[in-house]
Amino acid sequence: MKDVELKMLERAKELLASGEVARVVGWKKGDFCYDPSPAVFKTVEELENGFVYDYFCGANLSKYLIDVSKKEGKTAVFLKPCDTYSFNQLVKEHRIKRENVYVIAVECMAKLDIEKIKAKGVSFVTGVEVVEKDVKVSSLYGETTLYKPEIVLEKCAVCNKTHQVKDEEIILHERPVRDVNRFAEVEKLEAMTEDERFAFWKEQLSKCIRCNACRNVCPACSCIKCVFDNPNSGIAAKANDSEFEEKMFHIIRAYHVAGRCTDCGECSRVCPQNIPLHLLNRKFIKDMDGLYGEYQAGESSEGKTPLTSYTEEDKEPNDVFNGEAK
Amino acid sequence: MQDVTTEKKEFTPNIVAFCCNWCSYAGADLAGSSRLTYPANVKIIRVPCSCRVNPMFILKAYQQGADGVILCGCHPGDCHYVTGNYYTRRRMATLFSFLNYMGIEKERTRVEWVSAAEGARFSAVMNDFVKTITELGENKRLSDLRVKEGE
Repeated sequence: MKDVELKMLERAKELLASGEVARVVGWKKGDFCYDPSPAVFKTVEELENGFVYDYFCGANLSKYLIDVSKKEGKTAVFLKPCDTYSFNQLVKEHRIKRENVYVIAVECMAKLDIEKIKAKGVSFVTGVEVVEKDVKVSSLYGETTLYKPEIVLEKCAVCNKTHQVKDEEIILHERPVRDVNRFAEVEKLEAMTEDERFAFWKEQLSKCIRCNACRNVCPACSCIKCVFDNPNSGIAAKANDSEFEEKMFHIIRAYHVAGRCTDCGECSRVCPQNIPLHLLNRKFIKDMDGLYGEYQAGESSEGKTPLTSYTEEDKEPNDVFNGEAK
Repeated sequence: MQDVTTEKKEFTPNIVAFCCNWCSYAGADLAGSSRLTYPANVKIIRVPCSCRVNPMFILKAYQQGADGVILCGCHPGDCHYVTGNYYTRRRMATLFSFLNYMGIEKERTRVEWVSAAEGARFSAVMNDFVKTITELGENKRLSDLRVKEGE
């Protein structure tokens, strides 16, 4: 990953120095090795001081382009495979000005989840080194070797995505295509009884503190005005004072991105309470795939989504449960 | 003195029916002028088209104390706005499946197509839906305690 980072840094400096782009959107070093954050770099010095690309750069940068692509001058951005789907979707919704963005596709190789590393009993992490499927995690207390598939982000565990858009690419290693079923957990829930499902979601959603992080990070959830910010809506509470609001918030959040959600998994990544929000989004994706034909949001920046089109032969709502017609 | 705690009240559900202006609302009107009966606990909300109904309307109805929500529109192909109810059909199919995934009883929400000429069907649909909800019981999984207390 270090070789990729160096190449990216070199290319970013070149683009800024030549004046081809006015700014570069990438990741900047955080306080710890595991919390790099998205950043806009405007000068070569800023790049030299802060630019980073490593196994913790899981953040999706496409949402930041909504703002910066409207500014003067071109913007260069580094996009991982999953980010390009969100990028396409935002271009389709006329949120990003495509002509103002220079997309540099970068390889991913799956990102690590610090929460999963902590759950393995390793805290105060100071660095990681990945060799094939082994991750050497160094911490203040010494070195531990963990099995990589067990500590990658949820979104990376079932990802087979490829770059859908690029102006140039920096790919030094190919990630092998794997045999994964991203709906496995959804299917497990569907197989439960109604009461079990209710209990499961009640337990999960009652953890919600309504920090709105899932909404704020989601590339599809980028309306200028949001119903959850309207104090008159009756559902804008910052902490849930009723069980209803928890459900209302999560049903509406998931429904609002249905058909536009690219399954980039950012919602689950940022959730401070570790609620499996991707299971809500994937349910919609699975249902729409089953009922209206396979559809992957963000594969193209044109065309209609399942909920903005129809056929005369569609199934009746009363007959549809568990994503299948009776 | 009457003992309120032991008094057993029979459960009468609150039903919210969203009816489209052009077909189902006229169907309800016809049911009335034909002297056909349907339960009085069905509260009709007139909407311009069935596709005006946002999933939030349905959740909001449950929050405000509804025990069942039914959405009525023109038969597919007969929409006053040509294609509105086709979109409704997709939206509600995904929403219903999703609510069931969250563990909410699937019988509680329903979509029925009722034309302006189907007064008898309107009354039959409402009678059947009220019967289903009465058997199903009170809406507990999507209700708001704050609203209940204020009743």
